[in-house]
Amino acid sequence: MSHIEAQEAEAGVGESLPDRAPQKSVRRQMLAEFWFYFSENKGAVIGLCVFALVVIIALAAPIIAPHSPTLQNRDALLIPPFWEDGGRLSYLLGTDAVGRDILSRLIFGARYSLFIGVIVVVIAVSLGIAVGLIAGYVGGWVDTVIMRVMDIILAFPSLLLALVLVAVLGPGLTNAMIAIALVLQPHFVRLTRASVMAEKQRDYVTAARVVGAGPIRLMVVTILPNCLGPLIVQATLSFSNAILDAAALGFLGMGAQPPTPEWGTMLAEAREFILRAWWVVTFPGVAILITVLAINLVGDGLRDALDPKMKRS
Amino acid sequence: MTAIVTAKNLSQIYELKRGMFAKPLALKAVKETSFTVEQGETLAIVGESGCGKSTLARMLTMIEPPTEGELTIDGIRIAEASDSDLKRLRSIVQIVFQNPYGALNPRQKVGAILEEPLKINTSLSAAERRERAEKMLAEVGLRPEHYGRYPHMFSGGQRQRIAIARAIMLEPKILVLDEPVSALDVSIQAQILNLLAELQERLGLTYIFISHDLSVVRHVATRVMVMYLGRPVEIAPVEELYANPLHPYTRALLAATPAARPGRRGARQRLTGELPSPINPPTGCAFHPRCPYADERTKRERPELTQHGKTMVACFAVDEGRLPPPDAAVVETPEPRA
Repeated sequence: MSHIEAQEAEAGVGESLPDRAPQKSVRRQMLAEFWFYFSENKGAVIGLCVFALVVIIALAAPIIAPHSPTLQNRDALLIPPFWEDGGRLSYLLGTDAVGRDILSRLIFGARYSLFIGVIVVVIAVSLGIAVGLIAGYVGGWVDTVIMRVMDIILAFPSLLLALVLVAVLGPGLTNAMIAIALVLQPHFVRLTRASVMAEKQRDYVTAARVVGAGPIRLMVVTILPNCLGPLIVQATLSFSNAILDAAALGFLGMGAQPPTPEWGTMLAEAREFILRAWWVVTFPGVAILITVLAINLVGDGLRDALDPKMKRS
Repeated sequence: MTAIVTAKNLSQIYELKRGMFAKPLALKAVKETSFTVEQGETLAIVGESGCGKSTLARMLTMIEPPTEGELTIDGIRIAEASDSDLKRLRSIVQIVFQNPYGALNPRQKVGAILEEPLKINTSLSAAERRERAEKMLAEVGLRPEHYGRYPHMFSGGQRQRIAIARAIMLEPKILVLDEPVSALDVSIQAQILNLLAELQERLGLTYIFISHDLSVVRHVATRVMVMYLGRPVEIAPVEELYANPLHPYTRALLAATPAARPGRRGARQRLTGELPSPINPPTGCAFHPRCPYADERTKRERPELTQHGKTMVACFAVDEGRLPPPDAAVVETPEPRA
């Protein structure tokens, strides 16, 4: 800033104070700003639309699904989608080996998959960030102990460990989710710890300490927001991992139990028909793909929109 | 004039771990340093990298407690201070860092950065905090609309203004300036130095100005403390130090300062050798391996700071009167010209 500008600034003080908007609209303004930067990223907007669509479908499943997801129709085994020879309009995406409507199962399955993804990511992220923050900030033997435990968890193949945990806890969707969350959580611990250790050395953290900020404030208010970028991306990737792992556990009989129309379980059940009836495997796979892709796109956009360095004045 | 900071035999020793079984090494970054800072003055601390300037700053701002010695700030002894005293001290001593790019939280808007000290230490309402922050922005030469911007939108000089504004939000009495202008352009340096001078006058601040730039120090300081390997070797009023440097190290430092007119620089005294490792410092006077006036005594005994006129200096050669007057020292080693 030049001297002239500085003088002008001093002269202008008090005259041109910006209008203070009432407290209420501050949040709305922040939201508008966030949306402005988020909408710059077209991929992220598309992802968000698709994700919103999946959420709506999941919420409205009983209304839009043409059939019950568990109703078996003995007259309609392995019917192809309606545009293929032998397809019926009442079964738009065909039926599976026991005559259940695939479209209805996919619609209801969205509920399970989203539920699994959300719960697993929430557990893994919150636990991982808390533990990683402590390890990175406190350091010393606390850090050593925590990181060695995490190394032990990471040393096992994740699916195997999840399998062991479910075997101990007992099969079922809830236990499968807990197991997957525990298996995914070391990644968040490591990521958080590494970022915290790097940020802790920066001068602005020291400045906050000189000003009197306590350890909790330093960890949560000063350091954590600066570590969020990689965590958001990792969280969105874990969302897809969670869905896939839950599917794998379902396939082994340790996750969602058979009549449940969970996408992974459907995929696993239909594996033997991959050559005879492509639609039984393809549609659950496509559903997983679209959802996961949408979430990853949203995560990408979220990271950019939340990074102040990408902002212009 | 009263002393606002009194340091007595202040030491900071870092332990360097060497694996699980080896004995840790002791790195003495600052050793038995004693000095006082008077209210309203600017004490400049100069010395080459690794001499303990920044460690001293960290002790003064209570980022690290001294391992040994006694530090009294505004009548409060740090070692025995209660929690409420420490809280009070936080608002008495503040710091401005060297690098304006790392000193501001990139996730916080300027307003939030300025309001944070108030949020933690006072019970002002949000509106009052905002008012104070906007006033402070004007005071350091920024505009009110900068309140809602992020640090990366500013230039280095502007960021340093923000850092200064944050440091004086709590109306401190002492500001520790850890090389506040060395990361800035020369033209910006002058602006920041002027701002600091202006603030000092208006708010009655005491500055502890750490620098390695002797031309800047000459411009801002009232007294100068020259440090070498963790110890002060010379403490003198600024005119005295530049006109009549006593310690051989001070002379070498001054001789190494780039001059605006090269013709006037004349001969220069060259120092040979490197700064010794603070892990394994030389015996006696730490400067003796590089000192042209060293003798047997300096290798065995360590000189203490003693008064010589207005100057305090730690050098046997000065004590014994062996040292030539400063001009003679300059003429002694004429530079060969091609």
